[in-house]
Amino acid sequence: MTPDVEAAARLCPDAFAKPVAGRTVHAAGWSLFVALTIFCLWRTGFFDLSRLVEGAGKLGWVLGFMLPPAHNGWLGEFGWALAETLAMAFLGTLLAALAAIPLGFLAARNIVPNWLLHFGIRRFLDGIRGVDQLIWALVFVSAVGLGPFAGILAIAVSDTGSLAKLFSEAIETVNRRQVEGVEAAGADRAQRIRFGMLPQVLPVMLSTTLYYFESNTRSATILGVVGAGGIGLQLADRIRVNNWDEASFIILMILVTVACIDWLSGQLRMRFIRP
Amino acid sequence: MTLALDPVATFERARSGMVRARRRRSGLFVAAFLLAVVVSSWVGEVNLTNLATGIPGALGYIAATVPSLRFGTLGADLADWFWALDRWLLLLLDTIVIGFLATVMGTAAAFLLSFAAARNLSPNRTLCFVTRRVLEIARSVPELVYAMIFVFAFGLGPLAGVMAIAIHTTGALGKLFSEVNENADLRPLDGTLAAGANWFQGMRYAIVPQVLPNFASYTLLRFEINVRSATVIGFVGAGGIGQELMFVIRQFVYQDISAIVLLIILLVCIIDLTCERIRQNFTRAGAA
Repeated sequence: MTPDVEAAARLCPDAFAKPVAGRTVHAAGWSLFVALTIFCLWRTGFFDLSRLVEGAGKLGWVLGFMLPPAHNGWLGEFGWALAETLAMAFLGTLLAALAAIPLGFLAARNIVPNWLLHFGIRRFLDGIRGVDQLIWALVFVSAVGLGPFAGILAIAVSDTGSLAKLFSEAIETVNRRQVEGVEAAGADRAQRIRFGMLPQVLPVMLSTTLYYFESNTRSATILGVVGAGGIGLQLADRIRVNNWDEASFIILMILVTVACIDWLSGQLRMRFIRP
Repeated sequence: MTLALDPVATFERARSGMVRARRRRSGLFVAAFLLAVVVSSWVGEVNLTNLATGIPGALGYIAATVPSLRFGTLGADLADWFWALDRWLLLLLDTIVIGFLATVMGTAAAFLLSFAAARNLSPNRTLCFVTRRVLEIARSVPELVYAMIFVFAFGLGPLAGVMAIAIHTTGALGKLFSEVNENADLRPLDGTLAAGANWFQGMRYAIVPQVLPNFASYTLLRFEINVRSATVIGFVGAGGIGQELMFVIRQFVYQDISAIVLLIILLVCIIDLTCERIRQNFTRAGAA
């Protein structure tokens, strides 16, 4: 058996080993990757061992202070801040959805056939989406002052971009036949949209909006870190003054709330999709 | 006569009952919805005067960040607008470095944990349960919160940012990877185990080759997300362009705000397009 295999390997070496060119490319790719990683480690200061050790010690100290979590009599305050967070997510998503409906129709190719307008609106929406929600929050805190209102505007603006894009995609993929049927029955342009398209896209829009509400409760918890109200403001304050047990209590509250909203919105979404 | 009419009347009665029930349910939904709007407007301090002054204020703010570019002196105006371009480009490089390193570290950790977290592959039940809980905690606490804690421990700078994003990446990718593992074909594993492989060898030679393409695609997607996160992680002092952006917004240096935001949008677009191209190559290579 073995001599045969060896003979075969001598005859056609390529069948038993990777070709040299492939191996070179492979090795070059990996060395480039390793070199890049080492450069990044150096650039971000991972080779400063004393800093790492000292930081790890401090981290252990922080974790020690975090346990057990305690509210120290601030429970009412925290609860109100959490309600503020939920209100921010709800109103922000609502405003975004209301603004995204007309924009979504305008950005759909089958509603507005003019490619220039279509292209312009699409790029405008891309621009809005390219800016992170936290940047919007920071901008609105500067523009309208501290508080949940800035957070609501930040969520509304950044999600208008995403929702309008998703809505327009849903509108572009509607079934033509229903629209043609309504048209054949003598509907004008507005009626075609109302009775031919809307019944098809409304469930998609509702479930997308609910999904965004869910994700916004998550992101609204941290908008407060830059001053836009809600539980994030309380959390950032506690961390700033080293009240670690209260900070961990707030983190736990956030986790529980997010889990509850996930469950609730999942239930609602099921209802909308399968009435 | 009455016999012929009766079914129609029954149908009409049943139908109007159904319509009424449906209206009642929709009415209830609308009422609950309106109540939620009113309550959250009260809690969120939104009212008409707020809206009337806030929205023009915000628009005016955004308008103030737009620089005046005249056609005749376009070059000089652009140079004036992007006056600190070299420093900003260096910060953007730092941002990419944070995103890259966090992706590498997070992916490595997620890869190692994903086999223990997969229900069908885990060597024992307790390990599976513990790993899944660890991943859950890692992904459900927001990155910014980790960043604040790490900034306190390790000081200002990108070190804290990398760690914060890496932990979040571990949690998010660990879940996705373990789901891919759970869908893997187990017959190759049976084969290797029957040939005398231990658990590690079984994973290496039977599972990894199956799941690697999916892992790569998820990792690239995560890299895009992480670069986005790296642009804002600086808001709490964890390095990258965010720190500079925070500074110019706080100091109301209007033109710098728009310049930096434009650079961020450009960076995110380039990264997204590049990753999309690479992903397409992956899928095409997999199909061929």
